[in-house]
Amino acid sequence: MSSIPRTLYEKIWDAHVIEQRDDGTCLIFIDRHLVHEVTSPQAFEALRMAGRKVRRPELTLAVPDHNLPTTPRVDAAGNRVPIADEQSRGQLEALERNAPEFGVQYFGATAAQQGIVHVVGPEQGFSLPGATIVCGDSHTACHGGIGALAFGIGTSEVEHVLATQTLQLRKSKTMEVRVEGDLGPGVTSKDLIMHIIGTIGTAGGTGHVIEYRGKVFEDMSVEGRLTVCNMSIEGGARAGLIAPDETTFRYLKGRPYAPKGADWDKAVAYWNTLHTDDGATFDKSVTINAAEVEPTVTWGTSPEDTVAIGGVVPDPMSFADPSKQRAAQASLDYMGLTPGMRMDEIEVQNIFIGSCTNSRIEDLRAAAEVLKGRTIHPNIKWGIIVPGSGLVKMQAEAEGLDKVFTDAGLEWREPGCSACLGMNPDKVPAGERSASTSNRNFVGRQGPGARTHLVSPAMAAAAAVTGRLTDVRKLTNEEPALA
Amino acid sequence: MEKVSTVEGRAYPFGMKNVDTDIIIPAHFLKTVTREGLGAGAFEALRKNPDNVFDNPAYAGSPIIVAGDNFGCGSSREHAAWALLDMGVKAVIAPSFSDIFSGNAFKNGIVTVALPQDAIDRLMEVAETDPITIDLEAQTVTTPFQDRWTFEIDPFRKYCLTEGLDEVGLTLQSDSAIRAYETRQRDEQPWLASGTGLAA
Ligand code: SF4
Repeated sequence: MSSIPRTLYEKIWDAHVIEQRDDGTCLIFIDRHLVHEVTSPQAFEALRMAGRKVRRPELTLAVPDHNLPTTPRVDAAGNRVPIADEQSRGQLEALERNAPEFGVQYFGATAAQQGIVHVVGPEQGFSLPGATIVCGDSHTACHGGIGALAFGIGTSEVEHVLATQTLQLRKSKTMEVRVEGDLGPGVTSKDLIMHIIGTIGTAGGTGHVIEYRGKVFEDMSVEGRLTVCNMSIEGGARAGLIAPDETTFRYLKGRPYAPKGADWDKAVAYWNTLHTDDGATFDKSVTINAAEVEPTVTWGTSPEDTVAIGGVVPDPMSFADPSKQRAAQASLDYMGLTPGMRMDEIEVQNIFIGSCTNSRIEDLRAAAEVLKGRTIHPNIKWGIIVPGSGLVKMQAEAEGLDKVFTDAGLEWREPGCSACLGMNPDKVPAGERSASTSNRNFVGRQGPGARTHLVSPAMAAAAAVTGRLTDVRKLTNEEPALA
Repeated sequence: MEKVSTVEGRAYPFGMKNVDTDIIIPAHFLKTVTREGLGAGAFEALRKNPDNVFDNPAYAGSPIIVAGDNFGCGSSREHAAWALLDMGVKAVIAPSFSDIFSGNAFKNGIVTVALPQDAIDRLMEVAETDPITIDLEAQTVTTPFQDRWTFEIDPFRKYCLTEGLDEVGLTLQSDSAIRAYETRQRDEQPWLASGTGLAA
């Protein structure tokens, strides 16, 4: 077996096969299960009704994120602020009851460790290289940034993993996204992944697990890698992977659930084997030239509708496929845009910096860098910064970033998913635009009628300053690459 | 899941054709965080009629529904099966079922029995006054009046129902293989096996 060259995905897969069935389905062991309040209540209830337990409570971590308001959670007297929305409250209370009942570690609404599941997992060292990680949420691919095979599952699979610590799965195909060269100054991991999705399309990775390869990823921080892998699902892939390396190990060392002592050395020795072998083949391969990536924004209602900030709104008729022509026209109608409009002339009224894609400390630093000493433009009616976790929030405050944001005129909030999907009260009003660092610009995603432009944290900060989509390099005096 | 070998008792003589999942459980019940209690919302629209069969005390708690063609059509919501289960229904007899519904019913241990329309007509009569027996082992439906029909069921589903195996139960048939994997992991990759350290 070891003599046949294998991809990283194949190595992790092979290491987790418990049994192979006649029809090719495999019983796969799941090392880490992240649980949040939306997709878990019925799974726990099913266990209760069947008289079952969580098989391996120590491999499960529960944290509320989707529904939590991002306004203060305790009042001046120290009492928990009640949740107004009945459905949200029901889901949050269910998780708060279920976690202790089933013996699962729980970081509640007021805990410092609370945050978006996909921020919390790596931050706590719970997500580890080579592990299989699942969560009832499609952006679980995020954890691929530390070299884990991570993917989203549905409620009945959540129940299955809780009860058995396994899943019945079929092996995916493999896809290589190779990026050649280096990113230009002022171009970030978010711009890169949006550019990749714009190139491969939202179905480009369907049925595949993507491995991102090339010097750009080797040079990238772990947080940047998490941003890239996070959006794999937007490219149709169930999971995305970046091989773990010294950067990964440095990031993980000393985190609460990361291995310690002799275990650490043993783990690192194993993690060093987790890379695609020379001579291994992928079912599909795409090559991207990093030098062509500009600060990127979306113009439509699909994450593949990307364009460089210096570009214009495309003409729907410029697409070859008639169904894409119709979709583009519908997108433009919804977005209130006309072909040929310059992207950097589009005015925005709302700024959202947050979500599992871009709410880590480096994201906040990048936004603060642009906002420092500046104030938001009068166009901006609502702008919030939502840190990915309580620990990110504390770190940002220790660095004085919160001051930079509030001095600029933005609101500094409590951690959670927030306006990424507007399940909590944070929504973008109908007909208004947002520059948002989240991952989905779907119709109504940030609120009914909301018009979302996906951007990087630095670009969101630039839009806050100028009141329209803006090439951040003009504010930071970095040379845009010559077109 | 409970093992099912026979379902025996009174039946709701419902008879309606094309009962969709919206009729079984309206969409506004989908927000719930529990499966339990959905029975109270089952057939909500029909129950606005005071003469409806589901609130007729003669049939209260019946484990069987006798219905018309194409039962459970519409959306894929598993809530439809949960609602029936919560009402105490363990079997539905109809000329045909939507595939998704019968899959969801099966997952929840509800038996779906397909019988021709003339059998349904006769069962509608019997149900008014007397119990019906579904014998899953023998694959028969019988009444106290010598009526007897046989029905088809997928052998795998029959096995799971009679053994009380849901998907989790099926996987747990591989329990010794899972245990062996866990033991090996504790040994070779203890850092993965320890997790949060919060063991049961
Ligand atoms: S931040 Fe957005 S994408 Fe991420 S888990 Fe929350 S809702 Fe999902």
